Amino acid sequence: MKLGKQTWLFQEPPVIISRAAVVGPDEGEGPLGKDFDIIHDDPFVGEKSWEKAERKLLEEAALLAVQKADMSIDQVDLFIGGDLLNQIISATFASRTFGIPYLGVFGACSTSMESLALAALTVSTKFADYALAGTSSHNSTAERQFRYPTEYGSQKPPTAQNTATGAGAALVARKGQGPRITCATIGKIVDMGITDPFNMGAAMAPAAADTIKTHLADRGVSPGFYDLIVTGDLGAVGSTMVRELFAHSGVPIEETTYDDCGLLLYDREKQQVFAGGSGCACSAAVTYGHLLKRMEQGELKRILVVATGSLQSPLTIQQKESIPGIAHAVALEYGGGQ
Amino acid sequence: MSSAAKKRFSLTPKEYQSLAKKREPARPILQNCIRAFLSGGVICLIGQAISTLFQTYAGMTQEQAGLPTIVILILLSVILTSLGVYDKIAQWAGAGSAVPVTGFANSMASAAIEHRSEGIVLGIATRMFKLAGAVVVFGTVSAFVVAVVHWIIGTGGQS
Repeated sequence: MKLGKQTWLFQEPPVIISRAAVVGPDEGEGPLGKDFDIIHDDPFVGEKSWEKAERKLLEEAALLAVQKADMSIDQVDLFIGGDLLNQIISATFASRTFGIPYLGVFGACSTSMESLALAALTVSTKFADYALAGTSSHNSTAERQFRYPTEYGSQKPPTAQNTATGAGAALVARKGQGPRITCATIGKIVDMGITDPFNMGAAMAPAAADTIKTHLADRGVSPGFYDLIVTGDLGAVGSTMVRELFAHSGVPIEETTYDDCGLLLYDREKQQVFAGGSGCACSAAVTYGHLLKRMEQGELKRILVVATGSLQSPLTIQQKESIPGIAHAVALEYGGGQ
Repeated sequence: MSSAAKKRFSLTPKEYQSLAKKREPARPILQNCIRAFLSGGVICLIGQAISTLFQTYAGMTQEQAGLPTIVILILLSVILTSLGVYDKIAQWAGAGSAVPVTGFANSMASAAIEHRSEGIVLGIATRMFKLAGAVVVFGTVSAFVVAVVHWIIGTGGQS
């Protein structure tokens, strides 16, 4: 059912019956290390190229999520996935392994919640019984595509963010045990004219603020309705900016706990990650590894995950275009009700 | 966009950009300058030591020692790049490790390593100059301009 203009309310909320998060060495060393299913010490994951390594992370996360539900991949009706690389090669090549129907989506780092919202949509409309949502990113594939060769000596400014290495996947079904997907708000592109690709947090913050504000208005609730509102990868700079925007547009965010996956994933005091984490894996691994675990343990009942994406390419940056931002929100609930 | 943004956040994009600028953690410029000075100086000192060794033990003149000194610095830089150390030094050193010849060697070696997965011809050979190409182009152009000025002033290369 549509609420307002942008929000989908699932009248029979689909359930995340299983989930998996796989990460690289730096993410494993971070404060959430114990919440991830697999931690790889080798950034190559035993593969020959960075791209193959990223693909393997996604395959592992997706297959593990399916396995945890005591199912085989053939029983899943649909895989919805995407990543940061050109032609979303990680998701596409992983799908070649899975051999099941595949929808490739791109929303930069917002892909995690974009794919989860779509998986919930296909399940709730009964076009799929089991839909798998998954996404991945790899620090070195992102460095090489968006910035410089990985071994090139360039100095990063304090506003830069560290692309997370990892993958996350969630298996969505109509019935079962697990957190329920109650609502999703599909974001609009918001571009406030930020042009610095080393300050993606500030570029994405307006999109996050817009989606959160719209979600609250569409659903007719205030921030206090949620135990936690968490953004995907705004980092230190972006979360400061999103708080500024909440203040300017009168969103009483102090009613709830607001946090950011990019700040949760690493220990910024000890690890050199500048303003925090970014990448599809940042929100995916933190949500599917850490946040859903906290929900299952009863620490959180109702959360809103707002995955943020900065939709630039190296080409548009060189052609002096500003950075369009987007944010998709998914509301999750655990316990009570059913 | 401007009026839509105003309505949404009571901020125009311009106002947002200047607010973002204000909230941005400042780049530590003084610290960067000091580190660049120190690290650049150390690299030059190593170069000088190599040159002096060639002059003392290989009987070379200062001019003769120049070329092998550069070759050794480039080799050191390529080794450090291959071991994955140079980029870590560079985060600390900034311009100090980018400006000397070692930075140029790093830009070529890092691109070559990175693109090995795309093959020897289209990967390594084509992409090796991805970053260094600009240095070569502007180096050649500025050398040409200097040569023209030199020719017009009429010292004819004899100085």
